[in-house]
Amino acid sequence: MDTATRLDLYRMMVLIRTFEEAILREYHADKKPVFDIGAGAIPGEMHLSAGQEPVAAGVCAQLTSADAVTATHRPHHFAIAHGVDLHRMTAEIFGRVDGLGKGRGGHMHLFDPDVHFSCSGIIAEGYPPALGQALAFQRRGTDGVAVAVTGEGAANQGAFHESLNLAALWKLPVVFVVEDNEWGISVPRSASTCITSNADRAAAYGMPGRRVEDNSVEGVHQAAAEAVARARTGEGPSLLEVHTLRLWGHFEGDPQAYRHDLDGVPGRDPLPTYEQELRSAGVLDEAAVTSAAADASERVEDAIAFARRSPAPAPKEAADLVFA
Amino acid sequence: MSLTDASAPTTTRRLSTSKAMVEAIAAEMDRDQDVFVMGEDVGAYGGIFSSTTGLLDRFGPQRVVDTPISETAFIGAAIGAAVEGMRPIAELMFADFFGVCMDQIYNHMAKIHYESGGNVRVPIVLTTAVGGGYSDGAQHSQCLWGTFAHLPGMKVVVPSNPADAKGLMTSAIRDDNPVVYMFHKGIMGLPWMAKNPRSVGPVPEEDYEVPIGKAAIARPGTDVTVATLSLSVHHALDVADELAGDDIDCEVVDLRSLVPLDTDTILESVGRTGRLLVVDEDYRSFGVSGEIIARVAERDPGLLTAPPVRVAVPDVPIPYARGLEDAVLPTADRIRSAVFGVMGR
Repeated sequence: MDTATRLDLYRMMVLIRTFEEAILREYHADKKPVFDIGAGAIPGEMHLSAGQEPVAAGVCAQLTSADAVTATHRPHHFAIAHGVDLHRMTAEIFGRVDGLGKGRGGHMHLFDPDVHFSCSGIIAEGYPPALGQALAFQRRGTDGVAVAVTGEGAANQGAFHESLNLAALWKLPVVFVVEDNEWGISVPRSASTCITSNADRAAAYGMPGRRVEDNSVEGVHQAAAEAVARARTGEGPSLLEVHTLRLWGHFEGDPQAYRHDLDGVPGRDPLPTYEQELRSAGVLDEAAVTSAAADASERVEDAIAFARRSPAPAPKEAADLVFA
Repeated sequence: MSLTDASAPTTTRRLSTSKAMVEAIAAEMDRDQDVFVMGEDVGAYGGIFSSTTGLLDRFGPQRVVDTPISETAFIGAAIGAAVEGMRPIAELMFADFFGVCMDQIYNHMAKIHYESGGNVRVPIVLTTAVGGGYSDGAQHSQCLWGTFAHLPGMKVVVPSNPADAKGLMTSAIRDDNPVVYMFHKGIMGLPWMAKNPRSVGPVPEEDYEVPIGKAAIARPGTDVTVATLSLSVHHALDVADELAGDDIDCEVVDLRSLVPLDTDTILESVGRTGRLLVVDEDYRSFGVSGEIIARVAERDPGLLTAPPVRVAVPDVPIPYARGLEDAVLPTADRIRSAVFGVMGR
């Protein structure tokens, strides 16, 4: 892989991590000393994607803003990697009028039509709308691709299987991505899924399936290149599972008492791992690391300042925007 | 052109409700390349209840798409296509099947516009067959429009006759919002089901819209307002004709849409008659009949000179045996008794 691409992947992972760390900070800042999920500048459930950066960075590097992404309840990494407006996304997380949804959506419901980005908080149910976006691209003769993302827990839902069948049947330009972070909230994969690789399920629908191990951003990048190319050239959908890592809790406030693998988690963090790999390969030096961190921090803090400046929506307008 | 009154069609051409629906879909497909139809058996079969007859021959399989029995996938796909600016018409064969795909309908189709702060529109028409009266049992006979109308974000239209079926379909397709278009099997004019005489009626040939959210006075009257919808409009009209001989003058209000609900027309009617009977083929509790009575009570309970009355399906699943089903449906007999009741006779 060429140096520029590797640097881009690294810098994207740094940007995502910087964003998630900043949201973590802002989320908890005014929930002390007693944690109240509904309190503070960022209220509500907060599912952060730290550890899963390689999936979004690797996949979205193969996309343009004309392609669609439907993400999950844990959407920030894909939103950032797909180029969702960072200011307006952050403002939405803060529930402000300048947010993508003018404060109506929240962090699980980010919609940016400029880059065909959406997400769904319902497990596996973001897959079907991606089919329709792909269908629209196909009908209109564009070479647009729809990427549909779920976690491994979603692969046991009906919507997952219905979507794979229909996409294969109609040869839709879809790339199905499964983020296997090993945990469906507190239930380990071993207690939810009867096979070791969801990529094997692709065979049941006559499409290629591939599993990328080790949370490797370059592995994802390469596998996604093949899947996206296949979709773009009209050959139909593919399924790509990535063995990734949920670095933090299911949501903020999750004590993770159920999680017996916690001791090993820091050592599996993909960001220092990739940084070390690139340093060893002579791609990264101290200056590049510092500059990536500084650039990311500047963008993220700027977005947070934008969000904080944006007014809260007027309560009297709560019933607006139900209908067009 | 817009039809706001039930009496507006001046044409002598008569169509069944199903043919009127199809005519509207075909005209919009001609007008707008982004309009297409998808669903189970909408192609060669032409829709189990003739809602898409002839469209495959005319527009081909790219625009009239038979789907697998996979409602979550294809209704979700329609939603995604609508998000990208297409205007799909997706058919849920029976409203009773909503359970297998309600997440796409309620959590996605109905909410995306709001969640996106109005930045994403979902111009989809979800057509679905409703209603009983032919012994199809508890899983194939429900109306369920109260359930859909309860959930914010979807318009809900319920035509009762061919002219409205065409005009409401045209409006639904042109609407930038999700519209659930619920057609009663008993008004489609199907040759294989007892046919209501008014399931064939005058339909103008030209394109026109029936505005969504405007009820019609199907029959003017002075003594009692019968607010109703879909097939029950016809039972109410039959009873009204009959009771005219008993010096009871019923005003029949055809709601035509539940979301938005034309509260003003109901209130004006009740203001004239002082009495209200709601006839609804959906379940009695927590539904359309209670909502309409509540709206009158909220605005001005003094409009009513007698307690309001409702005829709906008692809170039981729709039974199979003919006698049992007839006992729970809002039949002419039940409506007649209710009118006498509200008139104090």
